[in-house]
Amino acid sequence: MTAERPAGADVVVIGAGIVGAACAYHAARAGLSVCVLDRGPLAGGTTGAGEGNLLVSDKPPGPELQLALLSNRLWRELGAEQWRSGTVADRIELDVKGGLVVAESEAGLVGVRQFADRQRAAGVAAADVTSADLPDYEPKIAAGLAGAVHYPQDMQVQPMLATAVLLRLARDAGATVLPDMEVTGLLRDGARVTGVRTAGRTVIAEAVVNAAGTWAGEIAALADVSVPVAPRRGFVLVTEPLPQLVRHKVYLTDYVADVASDSSALQSSPVVEGTPSGTVLVGATRERVGFDRTPSPDAVRALATSAVRLFPFLAQVSALRVYRGFRPYCPDHLPVIGPDPRAPGLWHAAGHEGAGIGLAPATGHLIAQALRGVVTDLPLAPFRPERFMAVP
Amino acid sequence: MNTAPTFDISFDGRSVPCQDGWTIGAALTAAGVRSWRTTRIAGRPRGLFCGIGVCFDCLVTVNGQPSVRACLAPARQGDDVRTQLGTGT
Repeated sequence: MTAERPAGADVVVIGAGIVGAACAYHAARAGLSVCVLDRGPLAGGTTGAGEGNLLVSDKPPGPELQLALLSNRLWRELGAEQWRSGTVADRIELDVKGGLVVAESEAGLVGVRQFADRQRAAGVAAADVTSADLPDYEPKIAAGLAGAVHYPQDMQVQPMLATAVLLRLARDAGATVLPDMEVTGLLRDGARVTGVRTAGRTVIAEAVVNAAGTWAGEIAALADVSVPVAPRRGFVLVTEPLPQLVRHKVYLTDYVADVASDSSALQSSPVVEGTPSGTVLVGATRERVGFDRTPSPDAVRALATSAVRLFPFLAQVSALRVYRGFRPYCPDHLPVIGPDPRAPGLWHAAGHEGAGIGLAPATGHLIAQALRGVVTDLPLAPFRPERFMAVP
Repeated sequence: MNTAPTFDISFDGRSVPCQDGWTIGAALTAAGVRSWRTTRIAGRPRGLFCGIGVCFDCLVTVNGQPSVRACLAPARQGDDVRTQLGTGT
């Protein structure tokens, strides 16, 4: 009989949101032993307050679009897996519904079309839609719009179901998942991170993956490094259940500009979509107000007004509720993905802003590849965690 | 002693007695009706749940308008209230 040893794993993942779940799933499937810890429940932070947007349409050519395209493929592969008597896609409400980016003015349409041309050159499927053809795509859309671009690759998923299923599949591959287990400290060997400490236990690990989302900066601070992830508040409006009246993810061109904006003021451009349960979701405001959870009538009014501009029938529809989340953003609007050279053994997978649900599979896949020392499918250089360090 | 004026509303074609100030949900409940809607997918019965306008479980069709919250809608003389199947459209 041997003395009791501390628990150990190849990989500890901090955070049971969609990104942590994807890291656990890909690492466990790759044969690594994985332990996931979260201070709260599964999907209890930003994931549970998301809309489930899996968009390529809103991303300009660049590293984030590459991540989104890789994720798009991985979501489809995940969806095709067997789940009980059906598929994972059925279980997580994965719907390849396509996106429709609508312009109100001719000038706006020119901008949308040019943006789509650049995206097509980077591998995005996009088709121009004339004003006359818009009702074929969305019968209930407002009259008098200038035109649109249709993005057939855009998808939707139910984020909490997706997180739960990824973690279940990770457990089937041997992973351990421990909710309500807050990481209070990191085990250190000099600068190196060698595991995590909770109130009741320590877990030794070859690698500790910080997937704490909007709170990733707090985990980084435990290793005396800085990762500048900050919260950006977003409200989503939920209508009463309706028959299917909205077929795509439909949004106005302003959304793309809002996503890339550096303004802290309230921004609102509607993303309108139906869900399998019948409710229509209207996202997404963006505000930099810290972790203020106060309901904002201004934000909700802005959402409702802009949604009615796109779909006039919504004026007669009751709103059931509103929810808000805190999207984790970095100063350059790119996530941090990869090992932290300042604290060897610590890895980051966080800061995906409002695109974390969509970008989670590629993030988990790349982390799992890098953990195994395999050449990653995409370069991690644009996502280096230490890129924000002041130049001396 | 309750002296509030009384009147009738109609529920699926039969008369349901009502008093001023009652909601449609109150009138149906007082008449022993427990459900007046079926769910969209499984067709299961629904009636009052929260009773305060939050849960949207008690939806009903009133004078041809679907998805009215029975717990909030005041009953008015001659209201034509109908069981709502699914979304009622």
